[in-house]
Amino acid sequence: MGDFLNVFIKTAFVENMILSYFLGMCSYLAVSKSVKTALGLGIAVIFVLGITMPMNWLINEYLLKETGFFGMDLTFLRFILFIAVIAALVQLVEMVVEKFSPSLYNALGIFLPLITVNCAILGGSLFMISRELDLTKSVAFGLGGGFGWFLAIVALAAIREKIQYSNVPPALRGLGMAFILTGLMGMAFMSLMGIDPAAFTK
Amino acid sequence: MAEILEKVKIEEKEPFFGPKEKKLLLDPLMDINPITVQILGVCSALAITSLVYPSIVMAISVTLVTAFSNFFTSLVREYIPKQVRMIVQLVIIATLVTIVELGLKALNFPIWKQLSVYIGLIITNCIVMGRLEAYAMANKPWRSFLDGIGNGLGYGAILVIVAIIREILGKGTLFAGSPVEIKIIGNNATYLIDTTTSTMFGWYANNNLMVLPAAALFIIGILIWIHRTINPKLVDIS
Repeated sequence: MGDFLNVFIKTAFVENMILSYFLGMCSYLAVSKSVKTALGLGIAVIFVLGITMPMNWLINEYLLKETGFFGMDLTFLRFILFIAVIAALVQLVEMVVEKFSPSLYNALGIFLPLITVNCAILGGSLFMISRELDLTKSVAFGLGGGFGWFLAIVALAAIREKIQYSNVPPALRGLGMAFILTGLMGMAFMSLMGIDPAAFTK
Repeated sequence: MAEILEKVKIEEKEPFFGPKEKKLLLDPLMDINPITVQILGVCSALAITSLVYPSIVMAISVTLVTAFSNFFTSLVREYIPKQVRMIVQLVIIATLVTIVELGLKALNFPIWKQLSVYIGLIITNCIVMGRLEAYAMANKPWRSFLDGIGNGLGYGAILVIVAIIREILGKGTLFAGSPVEIKIIGNNATYLIDTTTSTMFGWYANNNLMVLPAAALFIIGILIWIHRTINPKLVDIS
């Protein structure tokens, strides 16, 4: 439990996926125009990340590694298998959302299938491998990363809703301002680097 | 005979490298730049722009992947069922990225280490997927190939510009880590301008903000601002 909380807090706040690794910037910039859709996409990302991480961990551990099922080093298949798992799961999430919340489904539109090519999902899996996390930690990494992503996109959407009424230079409106705001948010989040996640577990 | 004549006619109509091809190659550099105008592919690469050398390597890798995935997708575009096209495209991209990654690992291990997961993230780079959907699925292989190269270069141009600004201001060097490293400004005699002895630049210190991720966002924001001021047509596009 201690490890879980530790990794969760670290990935959600200290090493935020958007603000310090730039993962998932495309949908982050495109969907952050209203808080409502940002909320929906954020939740979808948490969900997909939370499921794909342990799935990909199991695949990597038991199929691809030399000690795994086939007894060969199949790590060169990593990219293809990971992206296939992600694509399949996103399809699943899409069907679930369409069934239970058609309004959210319509609001998310093209961006739901595009979660497949959201760098945050694949990037999370690849980071998980390169950091050699175990199963519990990879679940925490997925959920924490998703939560951090959710926080960042909702915050940006709220700021962008407000800034519509401000007098921004025309050439800077929209995209340019979104970049600068994200930069400022990144600097603010950097102050969270002082958090020592280990202190929570004592 | 008639068939051959027809073929010749078509080839005459479409020169190997005409004005249209040139447009495909050059437009993405400025007017429809993937990063500043189409907002594609911001994702995977900002983190590596703190140094110029890895950015150039990244730009080359992305250009190769975009060009060849456009080419191969365009070759098989008529045989892909619409419902599963995403998976087919992803498999093509993932294969190419695997080849690029293994190649880079063999050719230049330190850079491969530095780029770490970001090479793998070319798979989910929106430029690759975006160009496949928007161009390669409806056009001939050669043109798709050029479109891929053009967009890769447009992306690379922004990457290198950001990296040059960040590296000079943040580290005082250019092309650090490569064989042609230039040390521009710093606090010992190996730099071109030595701040310890120079009377004019004694006050100078590296800007540590430039090394942080936030700086890349500010620089791109400002680049977009400049780009849209020069070309007001793009204002309020998104």
